[in-house]
Amino acid sequence: MQFGGTPKQAVRRRNRRLQLNANLDDCSYPHNLMMYNDPPTMNITLQEFEAFAFERVKVLHYLDSLSVSAVKNSQTYNAKLTEFLRKNYPGFLLQNGGDRDVSEAELEWRRRDHISHFILRLAYCKSEELRRWFLEKELDLFKFRFLQESMNSVQSFLRQNNLTYTPISDDEKERFRPFLTKISLEVTEAALEKTFFYRVPFVEVLNLVSSRRVFLYQGDAFVPQKEFLSIISNQFREHLSKALTLTARSLPELEEDDRLLPILCSFNKNALSTAYDPKRNEGKVSVNDLDDMSQTSYPLCMRQLHRALKDTHHLRHWGRMQYGLFLKGIGVTLEESLKFWRQELGKGIGEDKFDKEHAYNIRHNYGKEGKRTNYTPYSCMTIITKNPPAAQDHHGCPFKHTSPDLLRQKLRSYKTSNDVIDEITDLVKGQHFQIACQKYFEYTHKLEDSSFQVTHPNHYFDESQKILKDEKVPRQQNNQDKNVTKFAPNWSMPNSQKEDKSNLTEEKKFNNEWEDSTLEQMMMEYSEE
Amino acid sequence: MPVVDLDTGDNHSTSIGLSDAAYDAGSLPSLLPIYYKYIFPFGPYCKWLQYGSSSTSRSEFSHREFSFTLQNDIYVRYQSFTNQQELEKELQRMNPCKIDIGAIYSHPPKDHNKFHSGTFKALTKELVFDIDMTDYDDVRKCCQGAEICIKCWTLMKIAIKVLHRALTEDFGFSHILWVYSGRRGVHCWVCDSKARTLSAHARSAIVEYLSLIQGGNLEKRVALKEPVHPYIRNCLDVVKTYWLEYGLKTQDILGNDNDVDKVLKLIPDANIRDELSKDFKSSSSSSIERWSKLRESCSKVFNLDKKNRKVKYAALEIMLEYCFPRLDVNVSKGVNHLLKSPFCVHPKTGRVCVPIDVENVDSFDPFDVPTISELCFQVEKNNEKTAGDSIAESTPKKARVCHLYKKTRLQDYMLVFDKFLSKLLQEDCKTNAIEASDLKGDF
Repeated sequence: MQFGGTPKQAVRRRNRRLQLNANLDDCSYPHNLMMYNDPPTMNITLQEFEAFAFERVKVLHYLDSLSVSAVKNSQTYNAKLTEFLRKNYPGFLLQNGGDRDVSEAELEWRRRDHISHFILRLAYCKSEELRRWFLEKELDLFKFRFLQESMNSVQSFLRQNNLTYTPISDDEKERFRPFLTKISLEVTEAALEKTFFYRVPFVEVLNLVSSRRVFLYQGDAFVPQKEFLSIISNQFREHLSKALTLTARSLPELEEDDRLLPILCSFNKNALSTAYDPKRNEGKVSVNDLDDMSQTSYPLCMRQLHRALKDTHHLRHWGRMQYGLFLKGIGVTLEESLKFWRQELGKGIGEDKFDKEHAYNIRHNYGKEGKRTNYTPYSCMTIITKNPPAAQDHHGCPFKHTSPDLLRQKLRSYKTSNDVIDEITDLVKGQHFQIACQKYFEYTHKLEDSSFQVTHPNHYFDESQKILKDEKVPRQQNNQDKNVTKFAPNWSMPNSQKEDKSNLTEEKKFNNEWEDSTLEQMMMEYSEE
Repeated sequence: MPVVDLDTGDNHSTSIGLSDAAYDAGSLPSLLPIYYKYIFPFGPYCKWLQYGSSSTSRSEFSHREFSFTLQNDIYVRYQSFTNQQELEKELQRMNPCKIDIGAIYSHPPKDHNKFHSGTFKALTKELVFDIDMTDYDDVRKCCQGAEICIKCWTLMKIAIKVLHRALTEDFGFSHILWVYSGRRGVHCWVCDSKARTLSAHARSAIVEYLSLIQGGNLEKRVALKEPVHPYIRNCLDVVKTYWLEYGLKTQDILGNDNDVDKVLKLIPDANIRDELSKDFKSSSSSSIERWSKLRESCSKVFNLDKKNRKVKYAALEIMLEYCFPRLDVNVSKGVNHLLKSPFCVHPKTGRVCVPIDVENVDSFDPFDVPTISELCFQVEKNNEKTAGDSIAESTPKKARVCHLYKKTRLQDYMLVFDKFLSKLLQEDCKTNAIEASDLKGDF
């Protein structure tokens, strides 16, 4: 792959590049699934650029909101996703035909898949958070599509991507028989004969290792055929992760381009809408009010932490982080925060020790130490999925991390009515933690049915305060609906159709060619070698 | 008490008053200089951290981060040293209360400010585990918090055995060092080169594989699902060997009414709970008898309805809840995480962080671990004996000094470390020899 280059080289490349709609044959897209190893090298119009990317972003955002309410790859999840894709991106529902000839239409979809992925790499490579989000969504999409394929199709995909593994011999299978049958319900004694196992280093199937879905011996995992997806996903993830980092490094060159930048920026703005800007409420809250507010406006997770802190005068690390950043978000200043934490933790470990061990960390959270990052308070997604609480912890999401019985008990102690408790318990059983939180919000604020969706503890707090202070009727906060951006490009005329070039003036011709070459150049540069 | 200064050979009286070997935290500042001068086993320690560096890769040691906690709780990070000599000198100058070992970085940590934050990064580090007795507070009656006793120490024995088997047999690691943390837990250092190069993601995955206890505010932390993975079966084998003595006798988990309630809450069947509750609270049977009854009740119910999987493993789940190792994922996850170094002295107990012989876990007694005052006392005493001894006089002073620990009780524990080290270096020798012959092109 070529990197950068002089204008002369760009011209040379331009003359060698593939023409639109020509050369679209099986060779460029041998399979409808792809690992996105090589970037696209053809021309597209700016319109296509934005349209392709926009379509794909819609799908990724839908995956995001779906993952909150349904367990990944469950029947509901698959059904909902299929329905959505049917209406919005049927290309992702295509299965590989195997030996039959691939139609024009299918090839077109593959091309769009290919191009849109690479465009979004540009949009989502800028920050760690964006990269992580993009990686996760692309992985979810890949897994969904992979599981739709037949065994044969999977085999040919693996072959094409040089991912061949040899199954273990019968002798080995016999040797490990007593263990291999004790891993999953499907691989019984009877099924053992027909199941292929692949012996791979455990680092290639970390997700299987962490959930104990494989037998381990001397550093190798014995992976049954069905779990192949894990090996592939791992490869996909690793590859994409590296690629995104490389892309980010090459990004500064894009800064000068004012056609593509606004388009790219508009995509990732939506992805981070759940991030909370800590400066919004600065100075609005005093620590004397915290006790009252913990009972009226705090979401359950923070109320739990506040209570634990007040009772035991001690919170472990993640508890301090989760609660401390929340306080910053609701408007507690650094001085007030130090005062509060010194008061509470001081009663446990003594004020001197507090100064030595904790004051620095609090100042760090406010961006006053070290590399001065102004940390943002954790969103619901972060609290639910990261840092599960250990035995002595109080952080996390009470709807997820507390056992149902204890949760009922707690809600009862907060004088919640039994009906609401039942509703909440049902939602929790269905893994709808944020909706359960929403129910609790509605109950405590005496609302019938708000469309306020809980995605961030600080949003919860803000909404609550608004209602209590009677500022506004709860507004339609549609954090889930990211399809708000209408497709409304703000450039004037799309003009890179080759057929029309004969009508353009010399100047315009030159401009077109320059624009096209920059796009292609960019695509080449942002790939791996 | 007259003491011969081992460096100058002068006689002078000590101001320390080592007339008895009892440890008192106040004397730590005066004992540490002696410890770092005459006892800390620099030789083996640095050999370990150098990982047999051949001339091609000296950076193992020089790029390693150390951090010191000094008197007055001053904490300094990003210390690094080019060789053993430098480390010795610095330790003897600073006399830190605590030493932590961090990662091997891309550049010498002491120069970290010279580099852009993107270029200076942690590259490798041992895979480590920290098992802390406070994480078991909800399942031990005898002690709480920082306190431990010989009864609850059994939990550490179980943890060591369970983890060691898994790390060696399941994950294929061979160079594992277990160290007593000085007060209430144990640390595990997995030093294989494969382990040192693991990503944070891999480390998390390993911890999750090894963990069974769910965190959070749960009433019941263990739920076994069919089929039961071989790892858990192996763990149960270990726990079973200790259950009678530990669970039923010393912890007496079904002793009084409160205990009974606590245990019965873990049985997911209200009928059994009620039946056993009435039975136990009305009789004065022992935990052993009650446990039999509990198991009987559960198997009776299961035999009647084989679909009632909830009670099938109820008894095993209780055993696991009370005994299974509890790991802190945050210690193991980060490649740049700092962990207390072996051979440190714990300031509250004075005990040295000594290696534990994993072949003889059952005979390790944390209350018999030498304290710094005991060791300093021994060194002084030995010195009196050898003062004037002709053989001792003829040996060069430096050589005498660095082997002084061998004449103290620390040597018993150093044998364990020596075994670990020689195995480790043998392996590295092999790899280095292969590297060297590859370079020469000579096969």
